[in-house]
Amino acid sequence: MQLAKEVKYLIHKEVLLEWRSKYTINGVLLYVVSTIFTCYLSFVSLGDKLTWNALFWIIMLFASINGVSKSFLQETKGQQLYSYILASPAAVLISKTVYNTLLMLVLTTIALGFYTLVFDSFTPPDLVMYYIAVVLGSLSFSTVFTMVSAIASKAGNGGMLMAILSFPIIIPVLILLIKLAKNAVDGLPWENSYDEIAMLLVVNVLMVATSLLLFPYLWRD
Amino acid sequence: MNKTWWKILGSVLVIYTAIAGLLLGVPHLAILNETIRNLYFHVPMWFAMIVLFSISVFYSVKSLSSKSEIDDIKAVESVNAGIVFGVLGLVTGAIWAKYTWGQFWSFDPKQNFAAISILLYFAYLILRNAIDEEQKRAKISAIYNIFAFPMMVVLLFVLPRLKDSLHPGNGGNPGFNSYDLDSRMRMVFYPACLGWILIGYWVYTIRFRLRSIETITNTPDYGEMKGVRDSFVTSENQSTTNENKQQHN
Repeated sequence: MQLAKEVKYLIHKEVLLEWRSKYTINGVLLYVVSTIFTCYLSFVSLGDKLTWNALFWIIMLFASINGVSKSFLQETKGQQLYSYILASPAAVLISKTVYNTLLMLVLTTIALGFYTLVFDSFTPPDLVMYYIAVVLGSLSFSTVFTMVSAIASKAGNGGMLMAILSFPIIIPVLILLIKLAKNAVDGLPWENSYDEIAMLLVVNVLMVATSLLLFPYLWRD
Repeated sequence: MNKTWWKILGSVLVIYTAIAGLLLGVPHLAILNETIRNLYFHVPMWFAMIVLFSISVFYSVKSLSSKSEIDDIKAVESVNAGIVFGVLGLVTGAIWAKYTWGQFWSFDPKQNFAAISILLYFAYLILRNAIDEEQKRAKISAIYNIFAFPMMVVLLFVLPRLKDSLHPGNGGNPGFNSYDLDSRMRMVFYPACLGWILIGYWVYTIRFRLRSIETITNTPDYGEMKGVRDSFVTSENQSTTNENKQQHN
């Protein structure tokens, strides 16, 4: 119960910090909106629903790398030491992951809205399923990127390492997500997507479990 | 594993499979024809790679708790040896694909995922280069190695099954156990797997020993490497090193 209390407190702290500065959410939101707008200006219209789907996920991938990598890379040595004294490593990792998932959920929902608004030539017929894919995407991006950003921040040179380390890990997840979203775009019955949903959940559980096992070693300097 | 019998066994098995694999009879199947012999050379590469990467994860786990430099060197050298086998697996697969699928690289899921899993380990090596401090490097790279290993398993064994692939054993294509592996092929295939795994392990032990000698010569105060050092530095060299050390002091 001590863990739950710590996690709750740390999430509250993260949200409060974000609410005071509103830097990450606004920054990444502007990043997403301007990327979508740039894509709109260069593509003008997307005739193909496959391209529509792929473009959305590529934009989300880069937005989430920018958004989630902030979590550890932005913290100063002093801040890390402070939370190291106050909380258990598991609580720090869980709170960061939960907070990043919430952040990504807000972000992807707004991005999806804006994306369908701009590229209005096409909207997926099965919006509920597409939204499930988006929720799962937010979850997987935050579980993977939170741990990788912790590794990259400890290694000391953030930006480039973050991309190198996270891409090979995120590609399989991204492929599953695009497949799932494509099912929704094609308007297939839900039975066809259960495999991908189960697989994504398994991958997420795997990632969270390995992160929880490994993070205490990483945390202790 | 300091004995020589397994090195001899590995060499004999690989030489045997190279000769028998090219000369012995194989079943004649449409499209595959003689390219079926690639089974003896392509599949063992992946087995050797998996074994080496598993050794690497084992020593990464060990180095997290023991904080020993030796375990760290073992982990990185088995990755180095494993990557060579992974690249060879990709190359032999691509050559085979040229004659059966028509292209070296046809964006088959199996090929793509195998390439990505090799990228994971290149990322591991780059992560190591990015950190200067030895103990920090050992810790962080071990963590990434353990974190990446389940993903490699998913990439190589789970994901290709969900997609349509032309690769034998995937997407409804028969695997090597059902029709193309008759008793004649088993006689060569199983020794080939064992032989290449042994050769891979041998390459890894040689690389490990070279690397630890380098580490010893680079560090005047060799500390925990002393045990390894004593095991293969002759008494003659040892005395000279000691003299050097005294002069150094």
